[in-house]
Order: sequence, then C-alpha cells, then structure tokens
Amino acid sequence: MRSRRRGSGSTGIRRPARNERIRGRADGIGRGGQLLIEAGHFALALALGLSVIQMVVPFWGARTNDPVLMGVGAPAAIGVFALVLFSFGVLTYAYVTSDFSLMNVYANSHSQKPMIYKVTGVWGNHEGSMLLWILILALFGALVAIARNAVPPKLRANTIAVQGSVTIAFLLFMLLTSNPFERIDPAPFEGRDLNPILQDIGLAIHPPLLYIGYVGFSITFAFAMAALIEGKIDAVWARAVRPWTLGAWLFLTLGISMGSYWAYYELGWGGWWFWDPVENASLLPWILGTALIHSTVVMEKRDALKIWTILLAILTFSLSLMGTFLVRSGVLTSVHAFAVDPDRGVYILAILVFFIGGSLALFAWRAPLLRQGGIFAPVSREGALVVNNLFLATACATVLIGTLYPLALEAVTGAKISVGPPFFNATFVPLMVPLLLLLPFGQVMAWKRGDMNGVAQRLAGAILISVVLTVIIYGFTYGGPVAAPLGVGLGIFLIVGSFNEIVTRSFTSGSGFRDAMRKARGLPRSTWGTVTAHAGVGVMVIGIAATAWSTERIVTMRPGDVQHVGGAYSVRLDSVFPRTGPNFQEDVARMTVFRGDRAIGQEETSKRFFPARNMPTTQAGLHTVGFSQVYLSFGEPQPDGSLGLRLYYKPLILLIWIGTLFMGLGAGIAMSDRRFRVGAPVRAKRDESASGTAPAPAE
Amino acid sequence: MRAFAIALTFAAGLALAGIATAPPAQAGPQPDEILDDPELEQRARALSANLRCLVCQNQSIDDSDAPLARDLRVLVRERLVEGYSDDEIEAFVVARYGDFVLFRPPFNVNTVLLWGSPILVFGAGALGLFLALRRRRDVAPSVTADLTPQERAELERILGEKSSGNS
Repeated sequence: MRSRRRGSGSTGIRRPARNERIRGRADGIGRGGQLLIEAGHFALALALGLSVIQMVVPFWGARTNDPVLMGVGAPAAIGVFALVLFSFGVLTYAYVTSDFSLMNVYANSHSQKPMIYKVTGVWGNHEGSMLLWILILALFGALVAIARNAVPPKLRANTIAVQGSVTIAFLLFMLLTSNPFERIDPAPFEGRDLNPILQDIGLAIHPPLLYIGYVGFSITFAFAMAALIEGKIDAVWARAVRPWTLGAWLFLTLGISMGSYWAYYELGWGGWWFWDPVENASLLPWILGTALIHSTVVMEKRDALKIWTILLAILTFSLSLMGTFLVRSGVLTSVHAFAVDPDRGVYILAILVFFIGGSLALFAWRAPLLRQGGIFAPVSREGALVVNNLFLATACATVLIGTLYPLALEAVTGAKISVGPPFFNATFVPLMVPLLLLLPFGQVMAWKRGDMNGVAQRLAGAILISVVLTVIIYGFTYGGPVAAPLGVGLGIFLIVGSFNEIVTRSFTSGSGFRDAMRKARGLPRSTWGTVTAHAGVGVMVIGIAATAWSTERIVTMRPGDVQHVGGAYSVRLDSVFPRTGPNFQEDVARMTVFRGDRAIGQEETSKRFFPARNMPTTQAGLHTVGFSQVYLSFGEPQPDGSLGLRLYYKPLILLIWIGTLFMGLGAGIAMSDRRFRVGAPVRAKRDESASGTAPAPAE
Repeated sequence: MRAFAIALTFAAGLALAGIATAPPAQAGPQPDEILDDPELEQRARALSANLRCLVCQNQSIDDSDAPLARDLRVLVRERLVEGYSDDEIEAFVVARYGDFVLFRPPFNVNTVLLWGSPILVFGAGALGLFLALRRRRDVAPSVTADLTPQERAELERILGEKSSGNS
C-alpha cells in the first residue's frame, strides 16, 4: 500500500496540489479500509475454493452413499454464502465511503450522490451486478442447505453439488473478467457518477428482484440435474421443487413488473412494455417458469409429465442464463446497454454452452430411465394443464425466435431486418387470448377424467356475468375501440372464473352461508394461491385492455394556459423554473390538474441534467385518480418561448401492475401451503417439546 | 455484423467521451410537427411506430428525438398530406433504407420461418402430444413400484440383513 502511494506521488508531479488532496483522501480512508477491501477480494477467491468442495464432496458422497461426505455440502454452501456476503458488504462499504481507489467505484459513483444511490450503485454496473448475482446464487445454495422440508438426503446432496458447480462458473467468470475489486492508481479525486437513468428507486430495486427470480430457477435446475444423476424422479421431487419454483417465479414477476413500471414513468412517454430484447430476456424465463409451475402440479398430484417437467426446469434456467448473457454481453444493443462489452460475452457464452449443452446432454442420456406415471384422459385437469404448457411453450418459442431471428438471419444470409413490437403483438397476443379464455375452464376441470357438461354447469354463472358486463361496458364506450371492452370482459371472466372455484367448492345446496365460509377458509392454501394469481392475471388484462382508451396530446403551453388532457381532465401550466438537486440541475414545470372546473391536485414534471455524465433524464408528473393516471411529461422549450409538453390520460393503467402484485401474492400464498412444509420440521418440533429442554435428541 | 461493429464503435466513442452509452432521451413528435387533420395524424403515428430510428437503439421514430427520426417523421407527414397511401409511404421508406427500417418485418423468403414459428411450434407440440397420448393409451399402466435398480438392491440388502439377524 505504502509503496503504491509513494508511486502515485512521483507520477503526479504535474499537478502536485491535486495529488496532495488525493493522498489526503487515501490516508483518510486509512489502511484499515484498504486492508478490508483486499480481504473482500480474497474472500471471493476463498469462496471459489470452497464452492469446488461444495460441488465435489457431496456429489461423491451421493455416489458412494456416504452420509458424512454428503453432509459436507450443507456447511460448504453456507460458507460460500458467508464469504460472498462479506465480499459484497466490503464493496458496499467502498461505495458508501466513496473509495475511488477502486476502479468500479470510480466509474460508477460520485461523492455528492445521495446515499441511497451510493448503495444501489453497487449493482448499477456490470461487476457489481455480477457480484449480486453470485450472492443470490450462494444464498439459494445456503437456503437449500438449511431448508428442513422433506428432501431425501441424496437428492439434497446432488442438488447442492450442482448449485456449487454453477457458483464456480460464475465466480471464475467474475474473478477473470469482471473483478469489482480492481484498483486504479493513483486514486482519482472524484468519481464519474452512476448512470442517471439508474438513479431512481424503481430501477434500484429492479435488479435484485429480477436476479432473485433468475437465480431462483437455478435451484429448480439443480434439482432437475440431481434427479437425472440419480435416475429417479417422483412426487416427492415435485413437492420439494415447487416452493422454490414458486418463490423464483414470484420474484421474477415482481422484478419484471417493477421494471415495466419504471419504464412507464421514467422513459417519459407512458409506454409500459416495449418488447425490447432485454425485456424479452426476462420475459422468456418467466413464461417458461409459469409453464413449469403448472407442470409440477401435474407431477405432484398425478405423477405424470415427468420428463417434460425436467426439460422445462432445464430450459427455464437456461433462459435465465441466456438473459444474463444477452444483457451482459451487449450482443443485443438496446436501452439497457450500459453493460456493453463483447469480451465478457465470450466467457458467458462458454458458461452458457457448458450448462445448457451439458444439462441437455445429461437429459438425453438419463431421461429415458425415468418412468412415466399416471395416465389421464385428454379432457381432464391434466389435459388442461398440458394445453396451458403447449400455449406457454409456443409463446416462449415465438418470443425467443423473434428476439434472436435478426441476429441469426444476418449471420446466415447477411440480410438485415428488425423485429419489433408489431411482430410480437401480432404473434404473442393471439397465443395468449385463447389460453386465458380456456383458463377458467381448466381450473374447474376434474383430475384424471373431466366432463364438459359438468364444467359448463359450474362455469355458467361466471360466463353469464362476464358476458353481461362486457355488453354493458361496450354500450357505455360505444364508438370507442372495440378491442377494449372485449379485453376488459376477458379480464372479468378470469377474475369471476377464478373465484368461481372457491364458490363451487365451498357452497353446496342445503348448507348455510356460515358453513360455506368455514369450508372456504378450510380450502388448501394452494387453491387460494391459484385463485389469487389467476384473478391477478384478470386484473392485469383489464389494465392492458384499458390502454386502448388512453389519450395523448402533444402541446405547447405558456404559464397560465389550460389544455384538455382526456376524459374529464385538463391541466394548467402554473410556472416553469430551474432548480438544483444534489447532483443534477433541472427545469421544472409545475402544473395544476383539473377535473371539470375543479382543481384536484398539483404535479411537477421536469427535465434533469446530470453534469457528471452530461446526460438528461425526464421526470414525469403523475396524478393518480383511483386506478387511472394523468401523465405529464416535460418536452422541449419552443423557439417562441413556450414549453412543449406531452399530456396523457391513462384510464385504469395501474391495474396492470396491481394485477402482477396479485399474481405474486398468489404465488406467495401457494408457497405457504402446509404440504410443502410437512415432514422433518414438524416432527422435530414435536420431539423437542416432548423431550423438554434436552439439548440434543437421544440416539 | 456491420451494424454490430458500428454500434461498438459508437459505444466505445461515447465511453471515451466520458458519457454513458444509450441516453434514452425520448421525445418523439414535436408540437410543430403535428398535422391539423386528426385522421392523417393518427395514420402518421401508426406509420411512425413501425419505422425504426436508424441511429438509435431499438426505438421507433415515434419515440426518438434524434434529428434523423425527426426528418423521417416530417417526411412521412408530408407524404400523407400529398395523399399517398400508407403502403406507398412504407414502400418509399423501405426503398431508401431497406427492410431493416421496418419493425414489423415483411413476409418473404427471409422471414418465412419467423412468421411461421408460432404455427410451426404449436403444430409440432400438438402433434407430439397427440402421438404421445395415442401411444400411452395402448400401453397398459405400469404398476411397478417406482424404484431404481440401485434402490432395489439396497432394499434387498437391508431386508437380507434383517432376516439374517432374526434367524
């Protein structure tokens, strides 16, 4: 350390004054801090070593049936997590203290940046976000190690081993190509600041949510690999995997939803989904993860669809890896391209080929060993879930092909085409509409062998309600877009059809209301979860359909001017003034929102300028009324002194994200179903209470 | 591949200049571009949403504030006012910039697989499903205990130990 600092003094003869300050700064952080950073770096190397143990020893233990060796997996996984957590903590410390001797901190932070963005800036860049990715990977490994649900020891050992192999690959990748602990000497006095687009609370929590989702599927993948290695898969496997899949799906749902809401309010023109390649990269594992959740139900309940479920587990995680690859390598340039670097792409591609190729090879080799279980008639709950999987898999393939087709076509023929939102809307929507229309039918179908008449009877009420409401809405909005009331009707059908299951399963003719309520409460949590999530889809569909009624106005205004926005809403521009923020300057337009003649609120929209990055961002002004929003966006100042503005009225737009929250909530409820918890922990507790304060169970 | 190289150079240039890549300053049509006839304007917006801004990253000219995007928007509106049809205007822009400019790729030899992909995948899946169902109806349901050979050996070993211990 000391010699380095001396070195920096000798190279800085040109500007001695500034260099003094640098030295002062480095001394201020102190040798303890510098040592800490080296320790954080070293912890990563240790974690790499330990994850090799995590992979090799339990795997060997499972092969030789040695419980001691299998038992090594759990503490190793917890150890890897502790080391990576320490390392992550050190990097966070470096950001908080603005230690610009770290290349990563220098390139992505600024001493004047608000504290919250200093912390979130840790993962607002490639290296840091990879560290976050690995942290979550190690966290899941540790969770499998400490989870006490009934998982056979061999399956657990193999799962931890596979998880260890993924950790090795990513730790190697980070240490070799994207080390966040790289130093610069001499340390600069000020950092280059975080990309201002990322200085937003929405985008700050978007990556952790998304990563928990992506990486959560690594557990499902590890379980699938373990099942293939053992050559055995059954309902126990499905029961062990389901909570993990649901958890991963929950976070991925929230992550995507968060990202979508961020794009809505931050990008400044009120769109909420752009079919951007990077968005698609997160949607792909989500679609397939949705299919996986449904196919594991069939496997758990009926011991069928085993091979397909394993394949889905492999492909879902493969798509998660690919999502990382697409975002991190810059192969697809898009608005998320803050990670452009093709060199790293080669490494990630190698990881991708190894894990996807390896797992599919293992699948091809071992899958024929898996025995197929229960049979079912085409018209049955199983059949309905197979249809669900068929539609979802096709949708996933379509989005994947659409995303990669231009790259492939250019590589093969040299022809350049673009595949954008019009293509995805034209293909994705027609696949989703029949799926959603069939959803309530599938939900009331009996297992093994269903009958159409029974289904029609149970759904008759829901269908009637939806049709009547659709006709009423159509009447009220007559002359507007026809697709909107139809879409809203579909959403209503999904909501009513979902709750229909609760009603038909708890209300029986002859019994009273109180009895029915008791029965409804007694229904398994997984049923409530299903109903909540499916109703959430309905809520989202209503929000999406209602976007057809939104209005947009592009206007110029002077202070005092009033403009109609849409519906009953209009706005008045009150004033335009400059303002200084902590690390930006902004021009602010203050506006009053009116409903009819009555003022209902004041909103601000601004254009911010971040000098450290020489970049502007637009902050939209959002006025929420119920589930609808009046959306105001700062435009360009006009030559004649007026201000360009975009004014939107977005009826029911918030339902899109509220629907996704319900979907996540449904997954959470289903996760808490007691059958995922039964087994070891319940018995252990009973033993403890029976044997009083005995420190260890007697042999 | 050339676009890739251009994008890289562009990114590298921005990075050297000390600027982050891809500032998504969205603006789209400015107030002075808007046509008086709302019907024509509606068509202009629909056309613009399908035309790619060639100097941006994944933005239509309707979303971009780049000067080139503005030029194209103005061009589209001029043609609309002159009375051209939507198809003619699109064909005109494609003649100048190639298929790359369209976000909705045209249906031709190059894009058969792209546009056909949903039907092909769905059809293949449905066919596979049909065959699997038919085959499984012919096969009698297996009622064997779901044990791997190793497990069976293990079970026999344990049972053997037990019986020898008892005797």
